[in-house]
Amino acid sequence: MKFHALVEVSLRPGIADPEGTTIERNLPALSISGVSEVRAGRAFRFSVEAPDEAAALAIVGEVASRLLSNPVIEDHRIQLETN
Amino acid sequence: MAPSVGVLVFPGSNCEHDALKALRGLGAEAELLWHRDTDLSAFDMVVIPGGFAHGDYLRPGAIARFSPVMDAVADFAAKGYPVLGICNGFQVLCESGMLPGALQKNAGLSFICAPCELEVASTTSVLSQGLSLGSKLSVPINHFSGSYVCDDGTLARLRDDDRIVLRYVDNPNGSVDSIAGICNEAGNVVGLMPHPERACDPLLGSVDGALLLSAFLGAELRAPAHS
Repeated sequence: MKFHALVEVSLRPGIADPEGTTIERNLPALSISGVSEVRAGRAFRFSVEAPDEAAALAIVGEVASRLLSNPVIEDHRIQLETN
Repeated sequence: MAPSVGVLVFPGSNCEHDALKALRGLGAEAELLWHRDTDLSAFDMVVIPGGFAHGDYLRPGAIARFSPVMDAVADFAAKGYPVLGICNGFQVLCESGMLPGALQKNAGLSFICAPCELEVASTTSVLSQGLSLGSKLSVPINHFSGSYVCDDGTLARLRDDDRIVLRYVDNPNGSVDSIAGICNEAGNVVGLMPHPERACDPLLGSVDGALLLSAFLGAELRAPAHS
């Protein structure tokens, strides 16, 4: 089966995020208010061929934790879809 | 006998010739070593120079960690041979787990290229042995992702085990505890963001980098921390 994975990687809570802070600090220049807790991150999409969802999740989890994110400073979140 | 130093080259490394010139100027026999080579038997020590290994894609050092040479470097380090990571090389050592913590984007999001005052915080590592504790060195930095970060437990261990090698006098990038360089438990693997190879000639404004590289070249094989 073919699965489509979306992996979101962002800095762990408590790790300074200068990119998110800079985005948040500059929102008033667009006359936008009320936005807070901006955290920057990255998203990765890819396809996985695996016999079932559990097997696909195992592969995606390994890609996410061993390559796409640095567990010292980053968390990741996985979404998996079939079609 | 002059020590033989392997200077690693990844696609995207760009300080390898500076390192080579500085090390040779200090009497070492230094040679470049391509990242696909896995034989380190000709070398007494290894330097991982600055640059943008594999384009710094994903994160600095994230892809370099999987280059064929890195398993050999890990074995080499585990045997007690001196390994030095400069700037991107420091990032590679952290990503590969040979040093704890990580380097993230500078506070303020500025790429900083400037001379920097450092304080020698430990003299137990291969890079700082023989230097005076607390002495000040002027060595340039040149990075975007140089803000050292680690969890509280790691920081406590680094402090307790005297593994913080260099601190910034005026923390330029938001590093935890002003850390500019650290070493592993045995002291034979050192990573630092400043570029000592760029401070080895009076024409460049400082020769303090030569003090660090000379200390490194004088390093003996160290027994591994855990055998």
